[in-house]
Amino acid sequence: MDWLVVLMWLALMSIGLMGIYAVGYSDEHVRFFDPASRSSAQAMWVGVAFLIAFLVMLVEGRFYHFFAEALYALSLLLMVATLLFGREINGSKSWLALGPLSVQSVEFMKVATALMLAKVMGAHEFRLQNVRDIVRAALVVAAPVGLALGQHDMGSSLVFVALIVVLYRAGLRTWIVLSGLFFVFLFILSLLVAQEAIIIFLGLVFVGIFMIVSQRYRYGLIAIGIIAVSTVALYFGPQLFDVHLSLFEALLIAHAAMLPVAAVYAWWSRLHYIFLVVGFFVAAVGTCYSVDYVFDNVLKEHQRRRINDLLGIESDIKGWGYNVYQSKVAIGSGGFTGKGFLEGTQTKGSFVPEQSTDFIFCTLGEEWGFVGALVVLALYLLLLARLVGIAERQKSTFAKLYGYGVAAILFFHFAVNIGMTIGVMPVVGIPLPFISYGGSSLWAFTILIFVLLKLDVAQYDQQQ
Amino acid sequence: MNEFANRKQYILVFFAFVAAILLIRLFYIQVVDGTYKRIANQNGTRNEVIYPARGLIYDRNGELLVGNQTVYDIVVVPRELSTFDTAALAQVLGISADQIVATLRDIKAKAKKIAAFQPTLFYKQISTEAFALLREKWFKLPGFYALPRSVRTYPRSVAGNLIGYISEADSSTIAADMFYTQGSYAGKIGIEQAYELPLRGKRGLNVYVRDVYNRIKNSYADGMHDTVATPGANIVCTIDAGLQEYGERLMANKVGSIVAIEPATGEILSLVSTPGFDPSLFNDVHQLAARGALSTDPMKPLFNRAVMAQYPPGSTFKCLNALVGQQEGVATVGTSYPCSNGYYSGRLHVGCHKHFSPTTLVQSLQVSCNAYHCHLFRSIIDKYDIPQEGFNAWRRHIASFGIGQRLGTDIPNELRGLLPTVATYDRQHGANRWKSLSIVSLAIGQGELGVTPMHMANVAATIANRGFFYTPHVVKEIQGGQPDSRFLTPHATTISPAHFAPVVEGMYMAVNSEFGGTARHVKIADIALCGKTGTAQNPHGQDHSAFICFAPKDNPKIAVAVYIENGGSGAKWAAPTASLMVEQYLKKKVTRKWLEDYVLNGDLIHQQSSVPKEQ
Repeated sequence: MDWLVVLMWLALMSIGLMGIYAVGYSDEHVRFFDPASRSSAQAMWVGVAFLIAFLVMLVEGRFYHFFAEALYALSLLLMVATLLFGREINGSKSWLALGPLSVQSVEFMKVATALMLAKVMGAHEFRLQNVRDIVRAALVVAAPVGLALGQHDMGSSLVFVALIVVLYRAGLRTWIVLSGLFFVFLFILSLLVAQEAIIIFLGLVFVGIFMIVSQRYRYGLIAIGIIAVSTVALYFGPQLFDVHLSLFEALLIAHAAMLPVAAVYAWWSRLHYIFLVVGFFVAAVGTCYSVDYVFDNVLKEHQRRRINDLLGIESDIKGWGYNVYQSKVAIGSGGFTGKGFLEGTQTKGSFVPEQSTDFIFCTLGEEWGFVGALVVLALYLLLLARLVGIAERQKSTFAKLYGYGVAAILFFHFAVNIGMTIGVMPVVGIPLPFISYGGSSLWAFTILIFVLLKLDVAQYDQQQ
Repeated sequence: MNEFANRKQYILVFFAFVAAILLIRLFYIQVVDGTYKRIANQNGTRNEVIYPARGLIYDRNGELLVGNQTVYDIVVVPRELSTFDTAALAQVLGISADQIVATLRDIKAKAKKIAAFQPTLFYKQISTEAFALLREKWFKLPGFYALPRSVRTYPRSVAGNLIGYISEADSSTIAADMFYTQGSYAGKIGIEQAYELPLRGKRGLNVYVRDVYNRIKNSYADGMHDTVATPGANIVCTIDAGLQEYGERLMANKVGSIVAIEPATGEILSLVSTPGFDPSLFNDVHQLAARGALSTDPMKPLFNRAVMAQYPPGSTFKCLNALVGQQEGVATVGTSYPCSNGYYSGRLHVGCHKHFSPTTLVQSLQVSCNAYHCHLFRSIIDKYDIPQEGFNAWRRHIASFGIGQRLGTDIPNELRGLLPTVATYDRQHGANRWKSLSIVSLAIGQGELGVTPMHMANVAATIANRGFFYTPHVVKEIQGGQPDSRFLTPHATTISPAHFAPVVEGMYMAVNSEFGGTARHVKIADIALCGKTGTAQNPHGQDHSAFICFAPKDNPKIAVAVYIENGGSGAKWAAPTASLMVEQYLKKKVTRKWLEDYVLNGDLIHQQSSVPKEQ
């Protein structure tokens, strides 16, 4: 049993209780154990979490491997049931009433998906080079993503994408991961910068890559020169005939014209990787060209606004930007050491909506200041490092990959949740693990880490 | 997959990298950037201003003129409303139950979300008595609250124009002065305006912690930033309430004003401007219509004629010319001029009434001879080589009495009046194309002259003092403050004190001589009243009746100027009114009932409106 993880689990839950109490606190209302208050409800759920942790440890380790599919299927069923019979809260249909209690099925889906993915990828015959295997792994993740999107829960669907960490650890090619990051970067860049600038940027980057890899600097410079000259010619030339091309079109044609030249050159000099570079370039241009379409047609109004707000393109601190603005004010006003426990004026005044759930970090930031925020961040980072350490010491691939799944999910929640409260991430409704008010997420995260602790204890080897 | 074991480091570095970005951002917004702390302060606290009680105003004898009274505004918090006894509330407030229901429906319709937690004004100003009744029913009225508020009371409804009133500060006042917020009160006209600063006091501040609905949660930082309100200073004014009330009675149904000054101090004993208004109209919100009527009334009751109305001085001005003539050495007590029903020079004729001739300087004032003063005035101007020089010498003397300038009293909106300059006549006649004869109307107080009753009262006080005056003022003492030094410095005129004796004698004779004294009908037994009548020509209608006087002749206690618009000759209305004021002030009673009845019954307003004006 890794007691350090248990200790950090306890510490984070205590911080959560303190924060939730502070949110509900007012001067007329001083009783902690008011049965109606959120802090006492959370205290009850913490109690249940102890029970769940105990039960998880009681079950034999191999159970989690053996029943991974069953748990996954059951969770999917719950998700579907939620989609059909669930209650809609704040625009997302993610609550399912089970008897007296409402649960968020997607929280348990996270555990099941991590288990399932680990089992699929931990199988003896699984090869990342094998397309069929990759598709299987992708499907394991895609199913909950689709259902979460069906529930209008953008945040949770993105959580599953974080499982790419597991694939990376299992040996997914670095360039695939990097290009994934690159396309995300490109998406954001094209919202901020004019398309012309991005085309120039991309052209320079890829010619630069070519020059560095091939060491043929002269050809690279010649290519840049030709593109530049032909862009100028394309931009001004047609004006003689009263035809006006935009700068973007001139740049695009100039680059496109270079492509066959590059292809012929590559074939002639047997530089086959240049095809990859060129293909990548085309995909990049395509991405940046389709961003406007995706942004305007695929994303919803509130999602567009959250991204615009985040990127500082437009804001409305009294309307849809109110949440993040007030959140920043609460945290920012905390200063270095904070205003003190129960002294947060923004917290007590309920200025930040959803303050005990998704925006609980505001209370911590306001009342405990930078020092408190540092402690919370350090706790999470330490927990993540410890989880990765536990994962690494697992003999079975299943347990190891599951460990990485746990770390990835926790990391995503922690980074995105805190990021959105301070305006560096778009607002997606996902809780801060162990701290946010809510039973479902607390229990799911508890199961998530205690299953790993159990596997660690059992050192269960599926190959035996 | 163990060949990828080194990827553990990359993953951990990535986690740490993202955490570092969050940490840097947190450090920036929490420690480096101060804006969020400022916004949070505005956000999380609510300042509640405590308005101090406004200072009281007393008359010179310690009688209360303006007091304070608590009234209550009824407010409702829409969220807390539930069913209540509408009829009971309607009865106390004196409005119909339907009206209550309609008002509440209105408030509820407007109170969405945040406003639903806010106290919203339901009914303004109920009296303490009504509040006491309502209090018994309070438990039956959930969501209703009463906010105490102070309004002005006026135990004696006098001197509306002089005292002024308070009303909600307008937006420009609010913008200019931090003291005021929406709905706070500021003094308007009169003493309330002029002494706004001492009267209003210092406001206090309570800082509360508030929530997003603007509800107060508790005191901020244990009241560390709270300040206590300092009540406004009480003011003792120079007005004699009894005299003021008497003056207002005398002026009933007449348009004009009375200014009475204590010559030895410059203290204004009474200042009447009619038609006036009842200041208590302004402390009752339920009198809005009556208030509105005041500002549209063609008689302009809000207009303080004593300092804001400009008239020609008329013959009262002869006193000044007599002084200037002596000072310039062109006339002595013995100088006499003939008069044959007026003054003739070339084509010019200034008429005069029938009286003995010739007259001396003293007699010229006694009978108010126009011819004498035309001769006298021309000799002042013509003493010099060129008329401009003579005019400037004359002008300097007149200006030393405060004519043609603001006296600097403590009454707002004082008028400057008119005193012509060389340029005035250069414009009128062309440079160097005018001479003493061109401007001879000045001799009898006509022409390009304009004075306020305040100016002329000050002239009377100056003659009473034989050559100096204190700036007239209405405030004697501000509790806890220094007396204003500008009211303690005497202003000397350019006339030697010795030259006043003949003028005083002339004014004495005008009232007390049986031989042609223009105001002999207003003499007061055993009070040596000195006065001078004036009939100010008015191009728009009947002459204005004017009179200046002081009494007693030696060691004067009171100087009075009276103007009665369209009252005809000075002897007709202004002189009796002034004489009665003097008697009332010096004897505390009036023995000449016939004269008093004559003035009290004089109705110049309704008579005018019924009889068409002769052109």
